[in-house]
Amino acid sequence: MNKKRTLFIACEEANHNCDKTQYNEATIWEKIKLTFHLIYCKACREYSNNNAKLTELIKDPKIDCLKPKEKEKIKSCFEKELLEQD
Amino acid sequence: MPKHQINPNKWIDLYSDYLFNYTITRVKDRDTAQDLVQETFFAGLKSMKNFKGEASERTWLVSILKRKIIDHYRKINSKKGKAEVRINFSEDGDEDGSWLEKRVADPFDKTAEDNIENTELGLAIHHCLSKLPAKQAEIFKMKTILGYDTEAICNEFDITASNLWVIIHRARTSLASCLEENWL
Repeated sequence: MNKKRTLFIACEEANHNCDKTQYNEATIWEKIKLTFHLIYCKACREYSNNNAKLTELIKDPKIDCLKPKEKEKIKSCFEKELLEQD
Repeated sequence: MPKHQINPNKWIDLYSDYLFNYTITRVKDRDTAQDLVQETFFAGLKSMKNFKGEASERTWLVSILKRKIIDHYRKINSKKGKAEVRINFSEDGDEDGSWLEKRVADPFDKTAEDNIENTELGLAIHHCLSKLPAKQAEIFKMKTILGYDTEAICNEFDITASNLWVIIHRARTSLASCLEENWL
Protein backbone atom coordinates (compact mmCIF):
# COMPACT_ATOMS: atom_id res chain seq x y z
CA MET A 1 0.00 0.00 0.00
CA ASN A 2 1.34 3.45 -0.92
CA LYS A 3 2.01 5.80 1.92
CA LYS A 4 0.03 8.98 1.70
CA ARG A 5 2.37 11.83 0.71
CA THR A 6 1.57 14.57 3.14
CA LEU A 7 3.64 17.48 4.34
CA PHE A 8 2.10 17.30 7.80
CA ILE A 9 3.70 14.67 10.03
CA ALA A 10 3.32 13.59 13.64
CA CYS A 11 5.97 14.47 16.24
CA GLU A 12 7.07 10.83 16.35
CA GLU A 13 7.92 10.85 12.65
CA ALA A 14 9.56 14.27 12.97
CA ASN A 15 11.85 12.95 15.73
CA HIS A 16 12.65 9.90 13.64
CA ASN A 17 13.59 12.13 10.66
CA CYS A 18 15.59 14.37 12.96
CA ASP A 19 17.64 11.39 14.22
CA LYS A 20 18.27 10.22 10.66
CA THR A 21 19.39 13.73 9.70
CA GLN A 22 22.10 13.58 12.38
CA TYR A 23 23.63 10.63 10.53
CA ASN A 24 23.05 12.11 7.04
CA GLU A 25 20.62 9.30 6.30
CA ALA A 26 17.41 11.30 5.82
CA THR A 27 16.05 11.72 2.29
CA ILE A 28 15.33 15.18 0.89
CA TRP A 29 11.59 14.58 1.31
CA GLU A 30 12.13 13.61 4.98
CA LYS A 31 14.18 16.75 5.53
CA ILE A 32 11.49 18.93 3.93
CA LYS A 33 8.79 17.37 6.11
CA LEU A 34 10.95 17.85 9.20
CA THR A 35 11.69 21.49 8.39
CA PHE A 36 8.02 22.17 7.83
CA HIS A 37 7.09 20.43 11.10
CA LEU A 38 9.66 22.45 13.03
CA ILE A 39 8.02 25.69 11.90
CA TYR A 40 4.93 25.04 14.00
CA CYS A 41 6.08 22.54 16.69
CA LYS A 42 8.00 24.06 19.59
CA ALA A 43 8.66 20.74 21.39
CA CYS A 44 10.23 19.18 18.30
CA ARG A 45 12.25 22.34 17.70
CA GLU A 46 13.71 21.92 21.17
CA TYR A 47 14.40 18.22 20.58
CA SER A 48 16.02 19.06 17.24
CA ASN A 49 18.29 21.68 18.85
CA ASN A 50 19.34 19.28 21.61
CA ASN A 51 19.93 16.55 19.07
CA ALA A 52 22.19 18.77 16.99
CA LYS A 53 24.05 19.84 20.14
CA LEU A 54 24.60 16.20 21.09
CA THR A 55 26.02 15.42 17.64
CA GLU A 56 28.36 18.38 17.94
CA LEU A 57 29.51 17.31 21.41
CA ILE A 58 30.24 13.78 20.30
CA LYS A 59 32.12 14.86 17.19
CA ASP A 60 34.12 17.58 18.88
CA PRO A 61 36.21 15.65 21.39
CA LYS A 62 36.53 12.79 18.91
CA ILE A 63 35.49 10.26 21.50
CA ASP A 64 36.48 6.72 20.76
CA CYS A 65 35.57 3.23 21.87
CA LEU A 66 36.58 -0.35 21.16
CA LYS A 67 35.27 -2.08 18.03
CA PRO A 68 33.26 -5.23 18.83
CA LYS A 69 36.10 -7.48 17.57
CA GLU A 70 38.72 -5.63 19.61
CA LYS A 71 36.56 -5.92 22.71
CA GLU A 72 35.99 -9.62 22.04
CA LYS A 73 39.76 -10.16 21.78
CA ILE A 74 40.42 -8.46 25.12
CA LYS A 75 37.50 -10.36 26.66
CA SER A 76 38.71 -13.80 25.57
CA CYS A 77 42.28 -13.14 26.82
CA PHE A 78 40.89 -11.85 30.11
CA GLU A 79 38.56 -14.80 30.54
CA LYS A 80 41.51 -17.19 30.12
CA GLU A 81 43.39 -15.25 32.77
CA LEU A 82 40.31 -15.36 35.04
CA LEU A 83 40.06 -19.15 34.68
CA GLU A 84 43.74 -19.54 35.55
CA GLN A 85 43.22 -17.32 38.58
CA ASP A 86 40.44 -19.64 39.78
CA MET B 1 31.66 -3.38 55.21
CA PRO B 2 33.35 -1.78 52.14
CA LYS B 3 31.26 0.65 50.10
CA HIS B 4 32.13 -0.98 46.77
CA GLN B 5 32.41 -4.63 45.80
CA ILE B 6 34.75 -6.04 43.18
CA ASN B 7 33.52 -8.26 40.37
CA PRO B 8 36.06 -8.90 37.56
CA ASN B 9 33.55 -10.90 35.49
CA LYS B 10 31.88 -7.65 34.43
CA TRP B 11 34.96 -5.48 33.98
CA ILE B 12 35.22 -5.79 30.17
CA ASP B 13 31.56 -4.96 29.55
CA LEU B 14 31.43 -2.14 32.05
CA TYR B 15 34.79 -0.41 31.81
CA SER B 16 36.71 -1.37 28.66
CA ASP B 17 35.30 1.47 26.52
CA TYR B 18 35.79 4.05 29.25
CA LEU B 19 39.38 2.95 29.87
CA PHE B 20 40.09 2.76 26.14
CA ASN B 21 38.84 6.31 25.58
CA TYR B 22 40.89 7.49 28.56
CA THR B 23 43.99 5.85 27.08
CA ILE B 24 43.59 6.78 23.41
CA THR B 25 43.45 10.49 24.28
CA ARG B 26 46.83 10.06 25.96
CA VAL B 27 48.76 7.65 23.73
CA LYS B 28 47.19 8.38 20.29
CA ASP B 29 47.76 4.84 19.05
CA ARG B 30 44.95 2.29 18.89
CA ASP B 31 47.05 -0.84 19.34
CA THR B 32 49.04 0.60 22.23
CA ALA B 33 45.82 1.77 23.90
CA GLN B 34 44.33 -1.72 23.61
CA ASP B 35 47.47 -3.29 25.07
CA LEU B 36 47.48 -0.88 27.99
CA VAL B 37 43.80 -1.52 28.74
CA GLN B 38 44.40 -5.26 28.66
CA GLU B 39 47.45 -4.96 30.93
CA THR B 40 45.36 -2.87 33.33
CA PHE B 41 42.72 -5.60 33.61
CA PHE B 42 45.42 -8.23 34.19
CA ALA B 43 47.14 -6.09 36.82
CA GLY B 44 43.76 -5.42 38.47
CA LEU B 45 43.09 -9.14 38.62
CA LYS B 46 46.45 -9.82 40.24
CA SER B 47 46.06 -7.11 42.85
CA MET B 48 42.38 -7.67 43.62
CA LYS B 49 43.19 -8.34 47.26
CA ASN B 50 44.44 -4.74 47.56
CA PHE B 51 41.03 -3.35 46.63
CA LYS B 52 39.67 -1.81 49.82
CA GLY B 53 36.28 -0.84 48.45
CA GLU B 54 36.67 2.84 49.36
CA ALA B 55 36.67 3.97 45.72
CA SER B 56 34.57 2.55 42.90
CA GLU B 57 35.95 -0.27 40.76
CA ARG B 58 36.30 2.14 37.84
CA THR B 59 38.31 4.69 39.84
CA TRP B 60 40.54 1.91 41.10
CA LEU B 61 41.12 0.57 37.57
CA VAL B 62 41.84 4.10 36.27
CA SER B 63 44.51 4.52 38.95
CA ILE B 64 46.19 1.31 37.71
CA LEU B 65 45.86 2.47 34.10
CA LYS B 66 47.49 5.82 34.92
CA ARG B 67 50.57 4.00 36.17
CA LYS B 68 50.58 1.82 33.05
CA ILE B 69 50.50 4.91 30.82
CA ILE B 70 53.37 6.53 32.76
CA ASP B 71 55.39 3.30 32.45
CA HIS B 72 54.66 3.22 28.71
CA TYR B 73 56.05 6.74 28.23
CA ARG B 74 59.09 6.00 30.38
CA LYS B 75 59.82 2.97 28.21
CA ILE B 76 59.45 4.71 24.84
CA ASN B 77 61.28 7.83 25.96
CA SER B 78 64.31 5.88 27.05
CA LYS B 79 64.44 4.19 23.60
CA LYS B 80 63.68 7.41 21.70
CA GLY B 81 66.32 9.43 23.57
CA LYS B 82 69.07 7.10 22.42
CA ALA B 83 68.07 7.20 18.76
CA GLU B 84 67.01 10.83 18.40
CA VAL B 85 68.73 12.89 15.70
CA ARG B 86 67.62 16.51 15.33
CA ILE B 87 67.68 17.57 11.68
CA ASN B 88 65.38 20.53 11.89
CA PHE B 89 67.95 23.13 12.92
CA SER B 90 68.38 26.27 10.84
CA GLU B 91 71.94 27.06 9.73
CA ASP B 92 71.39 30.82 10.09
CA GLY B 93 72.64 31.03 13.63
CA ASP B 94 72.02 29.87 17.13
CA GLU B 95 69.75 32.67 18.31
CA ASP B 96 66.31 32.11 19.77
CA GLY B 97 64.02 30.70 17.06
CA SER B 98 66.72 28.88 15.13
CA TRP B 99 64.79 25.63 15.32
CA LEU B 100 62.61 25.42 12.21
CA GLU B 101 59.55 24.31 14.17
CA LYS B 102 59.63 27.63 16.08
CA ARG B 103 59.41 29.66 12.88
CA VAL B 104 55.96 28.56 11.75
CA ALA B 105 52.63 28.92 13.44
CA ASP B 106 50.78 25.69 14.08
CA PRO B 107 47.11 26.33 13.27
CA PHE B 108 46.11 22.96 14.71
CA ASP B 109 47.78 23.57 18.03
CA LYS B 110 45.18 23.41 20.76
CA THR B 111 45.59 25.03 24.12
CA ALA B 112 45.96 22.91 27.21
CA GLU B 113 42.49 24.06 28.32
CA ASP B 114 40.92 22.81 25.06
CA ASN B 115 42.58 19.43 25.44
CA ILE B 116 41.54 19.05 29.07
CA GLU B 117 37.98 20.07 28.23
CA ASN B 118 37.80 17.60 25.34
CA THR B 119 39.17 14.78 27.47
CA GLU B 120 36.74 15.53 30.28
CA LEU B 121 33.82 15.75 27.87
CA GLY B 122 34.81 12.43 26.31
CA LEU B 123 34.83 10.83 29.74
CA ALA B 124 31.49 12.45 30.65
CA ILE B 125 29.97 10.98 27.47
CA HIS B 126 31.31 7.53 28.35
CA HIS B 127 30.00 7.93 31.89
CA CYS B 128 26.53 8.68 30.49
CA LEU B 129 26.81 5.82 28.01
CA SER B 130 27.53 3.43 30.88
CA LYS B 131 24.13 4.31 32.36
CA LEU B 132 22.24 3.16 29.24
CA PRO B 133 21.02 -0.43 28.85
CA ALA B 134 23.90 -2.54 27.45
CA LYS B 135 22.37 -3.26 24.03
CA GLN B 136 21.25 0.33 23.54
CA ALA B 137 24.72 1.64 24.42
CA GLU B 138 26.43 -0.85 22.12
CA ILE B 139 24.21 0.04 19.16
CA PHE B 140 24.64 3.76 19.78
CA LYS B 141 28.44 3.42 19.94
CA MET B 142 28.56 1.39 16.74
CA LYS B 143 26.36 3.84 14.86
CA THR B 144 27.59 7.15 16.24
CA ILE B 145 31.18 6.68 17.37
CA LEU B 146 32.44 3.88 15.14
CA GLY B 147 30.30 4.96 12.16
CA TYR B 148 29.00 1.50 11.17
CA ASP B 149 26.32 1.23 8.45
CA THR B 150 22.72 0.80 9.55
CA GLU B 151 22.59 -2.50 7.65
CA ALA B 152 25.73 -3.89 9.32
CA ILE B 153 24.37 -3.13 12.79
CA CYS B 154 20.97 -4.62 11.93
CA ASN B 155 22.67 -7.83 10.79
CA GLU B 156 24.90 -7.98 13.85
CA PHE B 157 22.01 -7.58 16.30
CA ASP B 158 19.34 -9.22 14.15
CA ILE B 159 17.00 -6.23 14.29
CA THR B 160 15.10 -4.22 11.67
CA ALA B 161 16.08 -0.72 10.58
CA SER B 162 13.06 0.79 12.32
CA ASN B 163 14.01 -1.01 15.55
CA LEU B 164 17.47 0.46 15.23
CA TRP B 165 16.14 4.00 14.86
CA VAL B 166 13.89 3.56 17.91
CA ILE B 167 16.91 2.40 19.93
CA ILE B 168 19.03 5.30 18.63
CA HIS B 169 16.24 7.75 19.52
CA ARG B 170 15.99 6.42 23.08
CA ALA B 171 19.76 6.48 23.50
CA ARG B 172 20.05 10.04 22.20
CA THR B 173 17.25 11.29 24.45
CA SER B 174 18.77 9.68 27.57
CA LEU B 175 22.27 10.87 26.68
CA ALA B 176 21.15 14.44 26.05
CA SER B 177 19.47 14.68 29.46
CA CYS B 178 22.39 12.95 31.22
CA LEU B 179 24.90 15.33 29.62
CA GLU B 180 22.72 18.29 30.46
CA GLU B 181 22.92 17.26 34.13
CA ASN B 182 26.60 16.36 34.17
CA TRP B 183 28.25 18.60 31.65
CA LEU B 184 26.37 21.60 30.24
